[in-house]
Amino acid sequence: MSEVGSRPGPAAPSEDVQRFTAAERWVHRSVALLTGVCLVTAAILYNGALMMVVGHRQLVSDVHVWSGIALPVPMLLGAASAAYRRDVSRLDRFGRADWRWLRSRSRRDGTIPVGKFNAGQKVNAWLVAASTGVLLGTGVLMHWTGLVQLSWRSGATFVHDWVALGLGLLVVGHILQASKDPEARRGMRTGRVSRRWARTEHRRWADEVD
Amino acid sequence: MTDPSAADAGAPVGRRVVLGLLGLGAVGVVTGGAVQDGLSRLLAPIQLRDPTGLTSLIPLGDTWRYYSVTGAVEPRDAASYTLAVTGLVDEPATYSLADLEALPQTSFVRTFYCITGWRVPDVPWTGVRVADLLDAAGPTSDAVGVRFRSFDGTYSVNMTLAQARARDVVVTLQMYGEPVTHDHGGPARVHAGSMYGYKGTKWLSEIEVTPDNAPGYWEDRGYPLDGYLDE
Repeated sequence: MSEVGSRPGPAAPSEDVQRFTAAERWVHRSVALLTGVCLVTAAILYNGALMMVVGHRQLVSDVHVWSGIALPVPMLLGAASAAYRRDVSRLDRFGRADWRWLRSRSRRDGTIPVGKFNAGQKVNAWLVAASTGVLLGTGVLMHWTGLVQLSWRSGATFVHDWVALGLGLLVVGHILQASKDPEARRGMRTGRVSRRWARTEHRRWADEVD
Repeated sequence: MTDPSAADAGAPVGRRVVLGLLGLGAVGVVTGGAVQDGLSRLLAPIQLRDPTGLTSLIPLGDTWRYYSVTGAVEPRDAASYTLAVTGLVDEPATYSLADLEALPQTSFVRTFYCITGWRVPDVPWTGVRVADLLDAAGPTSDAVGVRFRSFDGTYSVNMTLAQARARDVVVTLQMYGEPVTHDHGGPARVHAGSMYGYKGTKWLSEIEVTPDNAPGYWEDRGYPLDGYLDE
């Protein structure tokens, strides 16, 4: 939030449009931090070589469990913001143009109109939301061992492992995509993007905010 | 404001996908144990022959997860290792690794179950029965329990004297027909065939016979005092 104007953007501030509110950026930062802590501690808990170096199983496990339990909290708090709720609804809705965008080989050329979020971003959001829920549920069963019988705990471990691997890959993909687009990163860092970028990447949304 | 732009309009596919995946997750909890069994049988030969070690990074099949509750544990070898039997006994004793290896060995094949749900099927264990060590030491009449201690300096496990004397509670010197590795808690660790993994002290250094059955490391942190496999 403090970086506004600290680096020259591709367009003057008057050419910027608002993309994310402060509340949305706070949710993103909190979720990113908690997810990062979960992934790092998960690697230590899962990988034998790392575990033997770091040790302190209980501390690492407690940090992992409580970061995981805290993970949905910023998402739920975000619901207090109308802008956040509206964006969740945009991510939820999937139309014919989205299907075309997903199937198209030339999806980035702008011929298929894209709203505030493209179809890939929508699918990513669904998978992240679902993974978070599944990891939370299975994690609770693994941590509070008295809740269900052993065979279900084995099932929970199985699901938790695979979904965590999937979420890890989604996060890597998310970071790779962001690393290729400085303007998209500026949008999440400062809340503002250039009008030109909005026109190129999200034409329908640019029409909407004009 | 209530109606997003035309490009964002469409069916609420996201909600359906999320709910569907949550349901799939629940199905996975119920059936995952069996699926894991199948996968594990299929993949075990690949994992055993994997020279890159890459398959250990992904959750393929049933694999070991190594636990340590302290910082790095200083390894001990045949020269530096000792096991003390102490407490309420007539004949306290200290065993070297060679002493333990010279005692009668018990072998059995048993699945390792972690209380959190992961497991490793059909592990061959070999070692000295704790009962033999207790018989040699001769617990006094006021002895009630046994406390296993680790040379990591922190871990300990409680059992009643009767539990510790079970035929499948062994000071394990070999797993898979090989000396127990450091990561598995070698040179000597406890394995209790009928109990969850947390009842098996790694890097075993002492068996103390006690006047009570006070909780050990994980027992103190909420795991059951007895630790028998429940299913």
